[in-house]
Amino acid sequence: MLFELRDVSFSRGGRRALDSIDAAIPAGAAVIVGPSGSGKSTLLRLLNRLADPERGTISYRRRPLVDYDPLKLRREVALVPQLPALLEGTVGSNLRYAAELAATELDAERCLRLAGLDADFEGRDVSRLSVGERQRAMLARALAQEPRVLLLDEPTSALDAAARDAVEATFAELRRELDISLVLVSHDPEQARRLGDWALRLEEGRVVAAGALEEALA
Amino acid sequence: MNASIHVSLGQVAAALVLVAVAAAISRWRRADLERDIAVATVRSFVQLTAIGYVIKLIFEADTIWLVLALLSVMVVFGALTARSRAKKVPDAFWPLLIALAIAGGATLGLVVALGIFDPTPRYLVPVGGMVIGNAMTASAVALNRLGDEVADSRARIEATLSLGATAREAAAPLARRALRSGTITLVDSTKTTGLIFFPGTMVGMLLAGADPTDAVRLQLILLYLLLGSVAIAALVATTLAYRNFFTRAEQLREPVEG
Repeated sequence: MLFELRDVSFSRGGRRALDSIDAAIPAGAAVIVGPSGSGKSTLLRLLNRLADPERGTISYRRRPLVDYDPLKLRREVALVPQLPALLEGTVGSNLRYAAELAATELDAERCLRLAGLDADFEGRDVSRLSVGERQRAMLARALAQEPRVLLLDEPTSALDAAARDAVEATFAELRRELDISLVLVSHDPEQARRLGDWALRLEEGRVVAAGALEEALA
Repeated sequence: MNASIHVSLGQVAAALVLVAVAAAISRWRRADLERDIAVATVRSFVQLTAIGYVIKLIFEADTIWLVLALLSVMVVFGALTARSRAKKVPDAFWPLLIALAIAGGATLGLVVALGIFDPTPRYLVPVGGMVIGNAMTASAVALNRLGDEVADSRARIEATLSLGATAREAAAPLARRALRSGTITLVDSTKTTGLIFFPGTMVGMLLAGADPTDAVRLQLILLYLLLGSVAIAALVATTLAYRNFFTRAEQLREPVEG
């Protein structure tokens, strides 16, 4: 199992965002689906240890998350948040920053290509990118760290259909080429069907279905 | 630097005419500041009169321990005052207290060590008060800015943390801007000193009948001291305070209320 969650609860701003979650997320491509406010993004934050649950335990590769060095864990289990939040500077400086933190050899052109961006984006200032381009630059930045798991929060929400198809093709390629596992948050069941092979359905912070894709989405 | 003048209470009372002018302007333009002006006037009179007697006592006792006690009280009150302006920073009191103590201690220690001033109450009390007061303003401005920066940049900070950056790395650009904010006002006023405004010490010395060259030189010393002390205070305050936004697991805490 990639992640195991046992009785995980989490509150934010006085509101219970996750309520007694039990789930075993397998390696491969897992999709977390559910309406807005169901706790999908919160769950990804916990898997990246940007926050800890108030109750319950989360394990990654059978070891409790709290036993990992949070910095090393985050480089291995990379989160691409829904809202693009790059550092000031160029796309290239963002990629270099990420690669330096993870001590990886940067192949900027390849990271950009995998994220559906041309090589000339490397020199572009992030303040001049569209939201969709920023979203892809965030993905390229995460790839620069050569993670083993990508946590993707609505990664195509700001993209048009053509760009969305390109990024979705990238995810398939990443799994094939790099053997990366994906945990993807989506509110779109069709996207879940295209990308996932396992699904977790949340409603109001509770698990309403989990398992093989068609079974969980039915 | 031994000039002295006598100022009567009547002269002080006469200056209140200008306070009345301020209150009248506020009332006329409905700025609703009359009450604040009255409180400020009374407080300044009571506080300065009280501190005048305290300083007189300390000068007469001529012991370094009383000076240290007075400066310590100033540091504590300075930290409490600055904390009220840095509400978005969790547990801001300790970083501020340490910042003011280090800024005051380092600055005074250095001027004594360099032989600029004698280690006597006559020099240490006024210079220490000025240094701590300016350090308080600088560190309050710096932490106020730091709190605003963190509140406005939560998404970016978390995105940086999620790359495996430490809290220090994620907060570095914000801490840099906060440090700049805390220091820039004094840097700017130092640039324009003598052109656009005459600083207080120089004015005081000239009014007291001192030689203008002496007045200018003393003012320069104080300006340079203040530049150093506000930079130290803003640096220490931001360096210690940024950490309070994060947990030990390098997570950004939820924002503090108020």
